[in-house]
Amino acid sequence: MKVDWREFWPKVVDATGETVYMVLLTLALSAVFGMVVGLALYATRKGGVLQNRAVFAVLNTLVNVIRPVPFIIAIVALSPVTRGVVGTMIGTEAAVFPMVVVATFGVARIVESNLLSVEPGVIEAARSMGASPVRIIVTVLVPEALGPLVLGFTFMLVALIDFSAVAGTVGGGGVGNLAMTYGYLRFDTSVMVVTVAILVVLVQLAQLLGNVLARKVLRR
Amino acid sequence: MIELRDVTKTFPKGKGGEFRAVDGVSLTIGRGNVFGIVGHSGAGKSTLLRLVNHLEEPTSGSVLVDGRDLGALDARELREVRRSIGMVFQQFNLFRSRTVLGNVAYPLRLAGASRAEARERAEEVLRFVGLQEQARRWPEQLSGGQRQRVGIARALATSPDVLLCDEATSALDPQTTREVLELLRRVNDELGVTIVLITHEMDVVRSLCDHVAVMADGRVVETGGVHDVFARPEHPVTEAFVRSALHDLPEGPALDRLRARHPGRLVTVPVGADASASDELSRLLREHRVDFRIAHAGVGEVQGRPLGSVTLELRGAEGDVDACVARLADREAERGKVGAR
Repeated sequence: MKVDWREFWPKVVDATGETVYMVLLTLALSAVFGMVVGLALYATRKGGVLQNRAVFAVLNTLVNVIRPVPFIIAIVALSPVTRGVVGTMIGTEAAVFPMVVVATFGVARIVESNLLSVEPGVIEAARSMGASPVRIIVTVLVPEALGPLVLGFTFMLVALIDFSAVAGTVGGGGVGNLAMTYGYLRFDTSVMVVTVAILVVLVQLAQLLGNVLARKVLRR
Repeated sequence: MIELRDVTKTFPKGKGGEFRAVDGVSLTIGRGNVFGIVGHSGAGKSTLLRLVNHLEEPTSGSVLVDGRDLGALDARELREVRRSIGMVFQQFNLFRSRTVLGNVAYPLRLAGASRAEARERAEEVLRFVGLQEQARRWPEQLSGGQRQRVGIARALATSPDVLLCDEATSALDPQTTREVLELLRRVNDELGVTIVLITHEMDVVRSLCDHVAVMADGRVVETGGVHDVFARPEHPVTEAFVRSALHDLPEGPALDRLRARHPGRLVTVPVGADASASDELSRLLREHRVDFRIAHAGVGEVQGRPLGSVTLELRGAEGDVDACVARLADREAERGKVGAR
């Protein structure tokens, strides 16, 4: 049974809206949490501005355990927690929770590695001027690493669009859900083509936005 | 002003081992001095400089700035003290995320100045270093010499009493080096800022400093007024550094070529503010009726006074030349001045 496109278009528009909502909400939350975890990883590592072996070991292990888990497994594995936090295991909000968890640790690594690429000499200069560790992080490290950070966040944004499609297949809303229930389960190629096209366009837009922003920050 | 008391800094190396970067150094640097610390790379001078503002904490010994023991201060007090000690780096270490003005204003903002105050003062300091026109530009748009001047302006923004220079001219070409040294001269003369600089170029010491300490293997092997050290280097490392700046004594292959060109006896006469050695040689040559030919010479100015030496080939009857050289050798033993080569 093929879909009737006159009735189906509004569904596509709604689903696209859901996807954008899921992705942006996840990005906003994981950017904040990921930034905190990434900064903590950076600052507490050996030789860091707030060196702390125990904190670093805990965070580092957490990141290393969560990052390699395939997202589709993470959704299922986290579902009891999701029910506890969000109140339900299906729908858009329920999909956002595991996305935020996984993305947070992805962002954390991106933040950490970009901060590590800031020249130590610049940090030493700030220390020589009497800047405190927190001040150095906020006014030197983050601004100096902003260009690569923007590109890192763009990478995350693109990955989240992919995540959202996966979440859709297991009961989250959005374009992924549409592709799964109408395109895949009903063998409707036209739905498949349209949903894939939407995802491609979303990814292109995200990448374009990131590139423009990064170029502005890097003055190139 | 700055006093290092038996300061040692070790770094862990390999398993259980340690590396003594600075080994029992004691130094006193007076207010208004331009104090050069010279040494080869790995001699520990960079670590020594970082001990002065406690970017590195000494393993033992103490660092006193204006009579305050930095080791006794808590983190906040230490940050306060650092604001009165500017620092300039070999690689400039400018913030790429800030404009020239933003770089210079940064330490002022740290010190609690308002945006407007910081801007006003930053513009003033940029005028001092001659970069007021570049205030809105980004560091990557400047030449190396301009970047270092921004670095100096940034270090001077909070009107510090002391400026620490970490190989400030080593990444610059000779012309730009002269400009930056000229600027540091003005910083000392016009602002009365005490300067501590480390370098591996004795020429920098010669043209800027009034005091020098020579480092080798983590220790200060010689220290004193620049002219005195240049005129009478005692340690072999110092001797080599002095020669590298004066270029007055031919060595190695250059000496061999000189001997090939001048088969007669060579003698070296020091040239300085004190002309007695030269007068003495002149008298000896006349007495023994020996002529000379100038074989090599290197004389420059150190702290406003001439310093260097001239090497002469003695020409005359063999007996006369030998007698003359014998007399010179006696003088050398006695005064360490005129010498046969």
